[in-house]
Amino acid sequence: MVRQKGIISRRYRDLIAERAVLIPAILVSVILIAMVIVFLDKASPIFITQPITTLLFSSSWHPLSGQFGFFPFISGTVWVTLLAMGITIPISILSAVYLAEYAHRRVRGVAQPLIDLLAGIPSVVFGLFGILLIVPLIKEQIAPLAGVNSSGYCVLAGGLVLAIMVFPIVISISYEVIRAVPTEMREAALALGATRWETVKFVVLRKALTGIIAAIILGFSRAFGETMAVLMVVGNVPIVPQSVFDPAYPIPALIANNYGEMMSIPAYDSALMFAALILFVIVVAFNILARIVLVRVYRKGV
Amino acid sequence: MRRIEEAVFKALMVISLFIVLGSLLAVILVVVIRGAPALTLSMVTQVPQGGFYLGKEGGILNAIIGSLYVATGATLIAIVIALPFAWYLNQYAGKSRFADIFRAILDIATGVPSLLYGAFAFSIMLAIGAKTSLLWGILTIALFITPLLARSFDEVIQTVPFKLKEASFALGATRLETVLYVVSRQALPGILTGILLAFGRGIGDAASILFTAGYTDSIPTSLGDPVATLPLAIFFQLGSPIPAVQARAYASGIILLAIVLILSVVSRVLTKRYMKYVIK
Repeated sequence: MVRQKGIISRRYRDLIAERAVLIPAILVSVILIAMVIVFLDKASPIFITQPITTLLFSSSWHPLSGQFGFFPFISGTVWVTLLAMGITIPISILSAVYLAEYAHRRVRGVAQPLIDLLAGIPSVVFGLFGILLIVPLIKEQIAPLAGVNSSGYCVLAGGLVLAIMVFPIVISISYEVIRAVPTEMREAALALGATRWETVKFVVLRKALTGIIAAIILGFSRAFGETMAVLMVVGNVPIVPQSVFDPAYPIPALIANNYGEMMSIPAYDSALMFAALILFVIVVAFNILARIVLVRVYRKGV
Repeated sequence: MRRIEEAVFKALMVISLFIVLGSLLAVILVVVIRGAPALTLSMVTQVPQGGFYLGKEGGILNAIIGSLYVATGATLIAIVIALPFAWYLNQYAGKSRFADIFRAILDIATGVPSLLYGAFAFSIMLAIGAKTSLLWGILTIALFITPLLARSFDEVIQTVPFKLKEASFALGATRLETVLYVVSRQALPGILTGILLAFGRGIGDAASILFTAGYTDSIPTSLGDPVATLPLAIFFQLGSPIPAVQARAYASGIILLAIVLILSVVSRVLTKRYMKYVIK
């Protein structure tokens, strides 16, 4: 049925496809490189007017008089992210261990789709949830309990909302890594008379540790870049927060609130692109780090 | 002693899982309970009428349709780029170093916050003098979901058994024919799930199109028109000092949540249905 001519054209088509499928791979790479170039190029004027140490460590943010100290934004990002990770890490790892080692198959069958669902909820909805529940809760219950006055729009609100958003990432990667620990190792530990928990603690977790660290790093980088949900509950005041009840102004919120509106002041535009560059570099560095760790983990076969 | 420690940690684990699942429940419940009073039929059937932003008549049909347009367009573009990307990684690159490098790039691109894709697209728009529009909204979301999609395609295609490919080659099929008619068909359930998830991400993201899609009260009639989207509709209505408008933001939250939930259910059903074409 297949004519000779047909075979040639089939081979030809395969060879064309071999070249064609390279295009998307190159395209995605080029876009990534173009992003660095665009951010660097647009941020460069700010490097000329101000030394990088002033940009990073000065707290005076007065765009109209040309003062761009990013320290309030950097510390705001660090506060919110660290708080969120402090909440997320123990809860996520404990949940992952439970799902991987203890939970009944049916519990797992229910919990996993729900955790996937949590990962799919849009960040604006998390922000909405924060405004409706967490912000009033902090203002009326938690802050008075701690003896301080707070509007509720603060570091704590941002950290709590962010913690919930990062749960699925840390849980699902930790879970995968824990499941990848060979059953034989568990059996060996159990055969030596270890209890289930001892097996988990001394064998499984030790073996899975590097992978779990990678999960945490990826969670960190997600938390770093999250924009809308945090922006909606964190207050957006450019100060260096002194407590979790103070408002903060993380870097992504700064960019989202101001980019596109301050075009009349070129230095401001450039400062915002500098902020984008900081964000980009940190997130990419974290991702590369996590990837190196994960590749090692899987190459060793865990 | 050993037993006590185990019991304590097991209790902590169960509590942790309850906190995680409880927060999902809390997010859904809070938004539904607070949004339900303002959720009327006109919310989903009308565009904003005069005085809508003062609490008067109208709905957010403009944003619902706008979001569907943006997410559909972006998903189509993303499929066209991501599918060949995954084919390349699995069929043509083989075990070469290039596959590793491109996978690493994909991982990095997946980790870049959507806000930065938005800022990047907007910089380009400024450079070429483009205005905010449906087209740029679609392009921005496509930038952001293409890596996600390529990564999920790659993951499912990797799970296709090598024996299946061998069988196809043994029958004289070329690599292209194998990847098109054997590998992709085998991976179809996973591919569909990936597409729906990417669509969901596209519909829910606000940070990326904040700068590029604009906002309008009417339904766009061409790619050059600005377009309203659901997440931004929620965000803008929340910013209003008028309680009636804020209540509508909550109701809009329900609509967005409903779309995401439906997508999640549909993807599960589709996966099950198409599983029957998969050779195990």
